[in-house]
Amino acid sequence: MTATQQTPVPQAPIEKPLAKNRRVRRLTTKDRVVISLMIGIPTLIEAVLVWFPAIGSIILSFAKWNGVGSFGKIEWIGTTNYANVFGIDPNFWPAVRHNLIWLAFLAFIASPAGIFLAVLLDRELPGSKIMQSIFFLPVMFSLALVGVIWQLIFSPDQGLINGVLGTKIDWFGNPNINLWAALIAASWKHIGYIMVLYLAGLKGVDPSLREAAAIDGATSRQTFFRVVFPAMKPINIVIVVITVIEALRAFDIVFIINKGTNGLQLLATMIYTNSGAAARVGYASALAVILLVIALVPIISYLTQAFKEDKR
Amino acid sequence: MTSRASEATGSVAGLQPPASEPVARRREKKAAIPTGSPLTRGSKGGRIGILIFLIIAAALWTIPLLWTFYTSLRPNDYFADHSFFSVGGPYNFQNYVDAWQQAQLPKFFLNSAIITIPAVALTLILASFAAFKLSRVSWRFNVPLLILFTAGNLLPQQVLATPLFQIAKHTPLPASISDSGSFINTYYIVIAVNVAFQLGFCTFVMSNYMKALPIELTEAAQVDGASIWKQYWKIILPLCRPALAALATLEVIFIYNDFFWALLLVQKGDRLPITSGLNNLNGQFATNYNLLSAGALMSAIPVLIVYLVLQRQFVAGLTLGANKG
Repeated sequence: MTATQQTPVPQAPIEKPLAKNRRVRRLTTKDRVVISLMIGIPTLIEAVLVWFPAIGSIILSFAKWNGVGSFGKIEWIGTTNYANVFGIDPNFWPAVRHNLIWLAFLAFIASPAGIFLAVLLDRELPGSKIMQSIFFLPVMFSLALVGVIWQLIFSPDQGLINGVLGTKIDWFGNPNINLWAALIAASWKHIGYIMVLYLAGLKGVDPSLREAAAIDGATSRQTFFRVVFPAMKPINIVIVVITVIEALRAFDIVFIINKGTNGLQLLATMIYTNSGAAARVGYASALAVILLVIALVPIISYLTQAFKEDKR
Repeated sequence: MTSRASEATGSVAGLQPPASEPVARRREKKAAIPTGSPLTRGSKGGRIGILIFLIIAAALWTIPLLWTFYTSLRPNDYFADHSFFSVGGPYNFQNYVDAWQQAQLPKFFLNSAIITIPAVALTLILASFAAFKLSRVSWRFNVPLLILFTAGNLLPQQVLATPLFQIAKHTPLPASISDSGSFINTYYIVIAVNVAFQLGFCTFVMSNYMKALPIELTEAAQVDGASIWKQYWKIILPLCRPALAALATLEVIFIYNDFFWALLLVQKGDRLPITSGLNNLNGQFATNYNLLSAGALMSAIPVLIVYLVLQRQFVAGLTLGANKG
């Protein structure tokens, strides 16, 4: 399960010219129909339920509509929604701040912790397989379940932490600290996720690199930062992208805690609160567009990385 | 040889597309070099320190789940006149029975099955269709299209939420099929949206996998006059079984764990899948954490089964997606 073993790098250069030269062009009519359906149906589903809604958010962000009645009732109000988001909504800037804190926490604490665990587990100490499984367990849980589980830990009068500390702190209820409590819950899952991805990457690093470094007298810290880490650039980019996207997607845990209010406002929960039953369609769309614009940064950087060799 | 080496080769055999001979041999040789050789292992004292650190960290990691389990075993009445931290008194599984009956757990589980099973099957079938076309039948738009598929899966779900809700609401369905008269509150829309959202990732992974299969396989078949469908069904798909198994495991968990789509598109409590139903459970048992913990743990049973039996497949699926990038 390693990067080099799974990506067909060694074959790629040999294969691509072949594919081009020997491309067989003679397809029967039936083949053409089959192939069109094979690509057409998935593309149609993707277009109707993913791309179109994404574009729909952009269009509707300039509208005022409560979702009732025909599309003729949509009122076009220019950039008023954006002006309201930036200028009036008392939740917006706190939400941006919380998303940024979420991102910073994952990027500077949780993801490095996951990488650190992976590096330690990679040393193959006795029991590392079992410990790896333990760190991995929360990765398979839904974030909603993670939220419920940590509610039992953080509860003011029945929670484990207050019981151990002898305090009565309302970890999830106090708006000054609940974001941090939620981040600890989120990290329980995120650290394991990063750990397993990084571990797979580490196993793909050519061992002779490390041996060479060791022969040259490098300490294990030097070996990691100067040799292994640079060699893992593709995985590092994936980790950065996953971290950013997870931070933007953050929703489930805070929704379980208090539906994203009182110190836990996030862009994603604001969109949900304004869409759906509340039916402030234009306003929710404007928020969605802001989230989309931010999300495009990691998405585009990931795609550039992933499709670098694929220009054909 | 260390267990690492055999495991690494094992996973090669498990997940690598059957490549041509020399390539396979080269890889095996590479994997056979033990990464933890004496040179790179570090000092003995350091190793013991690391081991102690890892053991403490792993112990901490289990606490939330152990605490949830402990809470689920304690009857709520007992704490009326005892501290929540007194360890005496009864331990039993009554909370599980009560939670099962009082919450709509059987219904939630059934809904999860109704949504997850067709959604995973459809996702894999459609993704393998698209991947076959995108990776093995050349076309000018293959790469742009694959980029669009992949990008779709990376979007935050909330970006799509508002228009999706309106699409579902304004697309009529006959009353005999849907009591809302539209796609709102139906399993169809939850399945469809899950399929659409996961399709990008699966297409990306499958097409990378299929690209790695030697081109001669389908060329030879084509020369022999095999139709496109035959090339897909008889040649390529059987070779993709390892990737399909890993993706199926991953997608079962992803879709089972999805919280948002059903929350957005289903407003009737009794149509929710269990993960979204956790939100209802959380409200219903807000004052009884013993029942809540029992219900939450039951909701995790399918996940725990996959964790125990198919963890390797799940990890393989995760890393398949990440490593190409």
